[in-house]
This record gives sequence, structure tokens and C-alpha cells, in this order.
Amino acid sequence: MARIDVNHVRHSYLPNPQKDADFALREVHHTFEDGGAYALLGPSGCGKTTLLNIISGLLHPSHGQLLFNGRDVTNLSTQERNIAQVFQFPVIYDTMTVYDNLAFPLRNRGVPEADVDRKVRETLEMIDLASWARKKARGLTADQKQKISLGRGLVRSDVNAILFDEPLTVIDPHMKWVLRSQLKQLHRRFGYTMVYVTHDQTEALTFADQVVVMYDGGIVQIGTPAELFERPRHTFVGYFIGSPGMNVMPVAIDGRTATLGSQRIELPGAPKADSGAIELGIRPEYVRLGRDGMAVSISKVEDVGRHKVVRAKLEGRDIAAVIGEDETVPAEPKVRFDPAGINIYADSWRVEMGA
Amino acid sequence: MDKTWNNKAWFLVLPVLVLVAFTAVVPLMTVVNYSVQDTFGNNVFTWAGTEWFEELLSSSRFWEAMVRNLIFSFIILAIEVPLGIFIALNMPKKGWGVPVCLVLMSLPLLIPWNVVGTIWQVFGRNDIGLLGYYLNAIGIDYNYVQDPFDAWVTIIVMDVWHWTSLVVLLCYAGLVSIPDAFYQAAKIDGASRWAVFRYIQLPKMQRVLLIAVLLRFMDSFMIYTEPFVVTGGGPGNSTTFLSIDLVKTALGQFDLGPAAAMSLVYFLIILLLSWVFYTVMTNYDAER
Repeated sequence: MARIDVNHVRHSYLPNPQKDADFALREVHHTFEDGGAYALLGPSGCGKTTLLNIISGLLHPSHGQLLFNGRDVTNLSTQERNIAQVFQFPVIYDTMTVYDNLAFPLRNRGVPEADVDRKVRETLEMIDLASWARKKARGLTADQKQKISLGRGLVRSDVNAILFDEPLTVIDPHMKWVLRSQLKQLHRRFGYTMVYVTHDQTEALTFADQVVVMYDGGIVQIGTPAELFERPRHTFVGYFIGSPGMNVMPVAIDGRTATLGSQRIELPGAPKADSGAIELGIRPEYVRLGRDGMAVSISKVEDVGRHKVVRAKLEGRDIAAVIGEDETVPAEPKVRFDPAGINIYADSWRVEMGA
Repeated sequence: MDKTWNNKAWFLVLPVLVLVAFTAVVPLMTVVNYSVQDTFGNNVFTWAGTEWFEELLSSSRFWEAMVRNLIFSFIILAIEVPLGIFIALNMPKKGWGVPVCLVLMSLPLLIPWNVVGTIWQVFGRNDIGLLGYYLNAIGIDYNYVQDPFDAWVTIIVMDVWHWTSLVVLLCYAGLVSIPDAFYQAAKIDGASRWAVFRYIQLPKMQRVLLIAVLLRFMDSFMIYTEPFVVTGGGPGNSTTFLSIDLVKTALGQFDLGPAAAMSLVYFLIILLLSWVFYTVMTNYDAER
């Protein structure tokens, strides 16, 4: 296991990158602590797989440096870095048995056969495929195959980190839960450093202690699931995390008051923002629908099961609110913003509010 | 489920049935007819029974041609398959090299067979042929017209030149269908170059290789045009393969009965071997 320092890493797939836009990864500077469970979350094309491949050594970054436990590994090959990586689609060696598939990474490294046997048996137990050991791998179902892919990652106990590149994409929903919780258990038991790439926020939030949100080739926020939810540092994080995403509306600020059209909203503090485009962000969970506050016109109510999502217009802007399953929409609906859920953004970045 | 049963659908296959009947079944039956009769011309036929078959199966000439043909097929498979795999593995997977390589590989396949024969027939001549002349010039005694070994080498090199491309293209198709993730996973797993070939590339090529082997075997077992143009089956009978022997018998000597019997035996051998291949391939699939 290792601490991984990603030092000012930039990467471009072009031979001569000039502009910022030429970089698939603009600049990442971050430390993945030893034994941490991290998720890299972001939309397709945001550079998360690029970052993962740079860590594993499948790609070499155009700029920057990579350290494992303080040792520079930037120019080392994948083998020398001793990393395990699990890919989006199951990769199995289908002429081999399940057992041989798991033994493959160990045998390639010349591990004595007695140790191979012990490790493979342990791993088979872990991924719950012990009874399949002697079967040919090609007859298995997609999720069994993906378990083998996972198993090949887990079989080497000395790896510096285990990287997952959207590993559960091809798995049935109920198996996703099972596999994800198995991964969490393994993490707790063995303390691997794990980095998990996904574009699924549920997956990221349930798997990781720390979620790294990426957007357009850079990291926009790193935090616990709760931090990302309560205090999104960037409006993108607000939109991307949560369902529905955060309401963001342009406002004018005067001391502790925000002005939205003809409405005045009391803020919990005075934001230190004097320049740039000012926006107010509030999650639908903090928008209170009732008989007092700002008048809205309701356009739609979606019943999503545990709660209802109310789509409405406030001062001509779309706004979403979450209400309880049993609550009803009043005849003359009005909304209030819970001060605890208000964040202020200047040029899309969050600004602190003083007392 | 209520299915309406009627036989009208047979009309849809009727054109094909008629076509196949006229192109395959009727000629085949004619051959069967000839194989049990004897003729001395004038369209007079007499019943001969199994005489021609007995004669054929006890003739050393037939068995020699058969053995020559099997050796030939075996040699060209042993060269073309590994060579084809090797070339396919080393072809570029992306960039401008891909179309260039594909066109180069397709060229020999685009040349008519008799032209291939003519090319090599001239190429190998030691008076005006580039190859033959210079081989002799550097002191190698090469003459495919007189030396059976040289004739064999010429025909084998010609076939390798003509047909290795087919194996290459089939293998290449198999190789490019392997997702990058497999190679990446192999790197992660620390696999050697040999292990990547043995456990990723070869299994992915297995299906196309079986097809390549089947095609190359059948083609080489029926080979006629090229050796006929280059050596005419000689020197002596040294490059007389089954089909050359057959044509000599049927057209050269106008022995229709023995030639028909030979055709049938030849046909049955190919049918049997194709069936063996087919069974092997489908069993292999069932195993999956």
C-alpha cells in the first residue's frame, strides 16, 4: 500500500499542446493518502480515466510528477509500479480456468506455486467463486467475469494501490450493490489504497471516504459525501451531485440580503463577494414549499417514490423543491429558502459568508 | 400459439433448388453415370460396374498423386499459418500504415490464378527470369524444369506468396477486434509478450484461424491452375497433384469412366475432410 502524490500533473493526447483546451487533464495536484478509499467522479470526458491511467502507468503524463510513498515513479512502467487495475468491461483470459486466471498475475511475477495456491484460494473465497475454480472462465456470466477481473486485482496483496475504472457498468443493479459492499468490506479488512472512477454519484458517494469531483480536465472539489452535498465549492458540483441538482440563480448582494428580481432573501451572513457574476445556490431539499414566502407557479410535480419533486417558476426561473411523500402543494404556493442550505457563488466558485 | 401451416414457403426456395439442381446435382449425376460405364466413342456406352473404382484404388499413380497432394497441403499450411500470424501481429493497428499494409496484402489475392502461374513461370526461368537467372548467377543450381526439388520449391514459394495474405487478413481481423483493455490488463498483470500472444491474441484468433486453415486446406487440395501453368505436373510426375492427374486422365486420355470414378473419390475425400473440420469447429463452439 502506498501514499500517492500527484504533483502538478498535466496530460495532453496531442503531440504539441499549446492552449489549455489541448489538455485532457489540465492540472491535478493531489495526494491520495495510504489506505484511503477515493472516488473520482465526473461526467464522461472530464479526464478521470486519464488520471487513473496516469496513476497506473498505462499513460505517461506530459507534465508533472507522480510519487508512491515519496519515490518518483513517473517514468516507471506499469509492472514496476505494482498497481492493480480493474477495467470497465471484464477482462478474462477465457482459455484458462477461473483458478488460472487468478493465478496469472502471481505466476507472471514468479511467485512460488505454494504461495500462489494460498493466495488464489483466499481470493476465490473473497469473491465467492470457490466452487467455480476448475471451470473454464469463458462460460461465466458478465458479473462472474467481472468478479474475476476484481479478483486478479485483489490477489496480489503487495500492490501499491487498486484502481477501478467504472467496474460495475456491465453488472446488474442488484449485483452492483452486492459487489460494491464487498469492495467496501475488503477495503475495511485489508486497508488497500483504492481509487474508483465512476460517473454515477450513488456509486461514488457510497464507496468512497473522499470523493474527488472532476470537471473539464481538472479537480473542482475534494470532500466527503456530506461536504459535497452541503457545501459544493463550484456550481458544477451543485448540479452534478444530488437528484435533482442544486438550484442556481443569479442574484444581487447587498450586505446580508440577496435580491432576486423583486424578491429579497435574507442570508445567514454577509458574503465576501464584490466582483464577478454572483449566484445563489440552494439544494431542492432546502427549498420549503408553503403558504408564506416568495410566490411561485407550479409547473409539474414528480412523484419519485420516497418523496416528490416539485418543479416551479420563481421570478421566471426554473426551481425545484423536494417535499415529503405525504405533503401536498398548497393552493397559492410560496417558497422560503432555509438559510442553512444557502451558498453564494462568485464566477461559479463558492464564497464564504461572514457572520 | 396458433401457427398457420402451409407449404407456400417452398416456392421461395424453389429458385435456389432449381439452380443447385442444374449446377451441382445434374452434373454430379452425370459423373456418377460415367463412372459405372465404359465407352469407346460414338456415344456407345457399356456397363462397367465398379471396375473403374477398383482399378483406381489399386493404381499406384492415384495414390502417389494423393500423397503428393497431402504433403503439399501440409507444407503450405505449416508455412502460411505461422507466417500469416507473424505478419498480422506486426502490422500497424492504426495510422496511415493500415491502409497501405491492407492494400499490399490484398494485391496477390487480386491476381487471377493463371496469371500468378505465368508470373512465376517466367520469374523462375533461368534464361530470362529475374529469379532463375540470378540464382544461377550467384552459383545456386536452380532449374524447376528439370529438378523435381526445385519445382516443388517454386510451387510452394508461389503458393505462399499468393495465399499467405489471406491468412494475414483473417488474423488481422481477429486481432483488431481485441479491445485495448485486454492489453492494458495484461500489462497490469505483468504478462510477458509471449503470454499476451498465448492467452489473449491466440484465443481471439482461434475462430478465424480455423476458417483460414479450412480454406487453405481445401484450396491447396484442389490446386490445379498454378502448378499446371508453371510445371505442367513435371518434371516427370513430381508435381502432378490430384486435379492435374484427373484432367490428364479425362481430357488428355479421354478416359471418361476412370476420370469420373476419380472425381467421385476425390469429391468424397473433400467432403469427408470438410465434415471433419466442420465437426471440430462446431464441437469447439459447443464447448464454449
